[in-house]
Amino acid sequence: MAMTIHVDIVSAEKALYSGSAEVVIAPGQRGELGIHPRHTPLLTTLKPGTVRMKLPDQAEEVMIYVSGGILEVQPHVVTILSDTAIRGNDLDEAKALEAKRAAEDAMKNREASLDYAKAQAELAEAIAQLATIEKLRRKI
Amino acid sequence: MAAGKEIRTQIKSVENTRKITKAMEMVAASKMRRAQERMKAARPYAEKIANVATHLAYAHTEYKHPFVIARENVRRVGLIIVTSDKGLCGGLNTNALRLVMTQLKQWKAAGVEVDVTAIGNKGLGFMQRLGANVVSQLTGIGDTPRLETLIGPVKIMLDAYMEGRIDALFIVYNRFVNTMKQEPTLTQLLPLAKLASEDEASLRTHWDYIYEPDAQPVVDAMLKRYIESLVYQAVAENIACEQSARMVAMKAASDNAKNVIGELKLIYNKTRQAAITKELSEIVAGAAAV
Repeated sequence: MAMTIHVDIVSAEKALYSGSAEVVIAPGQRGELGIHPRHTPLLTTLKPGTVRMKLPDQAEEVMIYVSGGILEVQPHVVTILSDTAIRGNDLDEAKALEAKRAAEDAMKNREASLDYAKAQAELAEAIAQLATIEKLRRKI
Repeated sequence: MAAGKEIRTQIKSVENTRKITKAMEMVAASKMRRAQERMKAARPYAEKIANVATHLAYAHTEYKHPFVIARENVRRVGLIIVTSDKGLCGGLNTNALRLVMTQLKQWKAAGVEVDVTAIGNKGLGFMQRLGANVVSQLTGIGDTPRLETLIGPVKIMLDAYMEGRIDALFIVYNRFVNTMKQEPTLTQLLPLAKLASEDEASLRTHWDYIYEPDAQPVVDAMLKRYIESLVYQAVAENIACEQSARMVAMKAASDNAKNVIGELKLIYNKTRQAAITKELSEIVAGAAAV
């Protein structure tokens, strides 16, 4: 039997694959990486692409799509931490700005939002009162 | 029989309330199961990335990331507060925010300033009323948290740390113990505490990874994702907590409503009986007088 290496592919939201393989081929930042058992420790980022695995006793390769991530190789374990989103510095920056802007808006409209909450409470009260009056009317 | 009518209306209204709380209880129960599954689904990633981070801590890297270097003089800290968006979930948010308050007081006494990232409406509103410095926020996460949406708010804090605007980063959230018990927790995210567990002696030998392309960008990306995954885990746990807290609170409310209805029915029947007795005795007295 050929030597195998344990492979774990996980994303933040779920586990994608766990099992052993003879070879793992991953889309590294500098091109495809083929990892055999007893590979030297390696840490690299992945590009979006397909991870291919040759499983023992199976002719066909298993393919799993990852949208980037991190690959860690220990002599007998390969760990792929898949991203759930397409990452990029610009994209991350845009998201950060968005979160910041929301906070600033909320700060600016603090009065407004408080008033809104208050108005909502008053509205709920008024509706409840109306409903009671309605019920009383029907009974009389 | 004016009193009887009033009580009848009251019974009706409590019954309506009970219907609502009962419905909310059942909705929360079904959402809770899914939230717990999601929380569990996130665990493998968290474990694996923690593993890699541990390996990294043992590796003799020529490059030391700022995230792992503790700063001696802490003047300003970042605080991520995870709360729910909606209320009606018992003391869940109150407990977490109480923890925040005690911590804020301690920091204030030590002369440490605080920047806040609020995840969830309740914490955001609280912090705004408090007049805290909210640098970023995220609301409307819904029942399915997505890592993607967390990247932005977390990045602001990480950038602030990298630029030296904050010297430590903390997160407050409710840890899921079991359905009945949620525990508000304060954890330090940055600088990364030594992840080392003592038993892994095999890892202590002198070795380092091969980095592709270079150590710095890879370690950067790795640690960034590690922090994000910790925040994601916190959010996922908080949602599971929210749903179970809501289920328990709504169950208590339904039970209370049931008791109140029972009491009101008793009073209603008593007054009804009293009225009948009174009427009868009046008739008898009237007949006797004739």
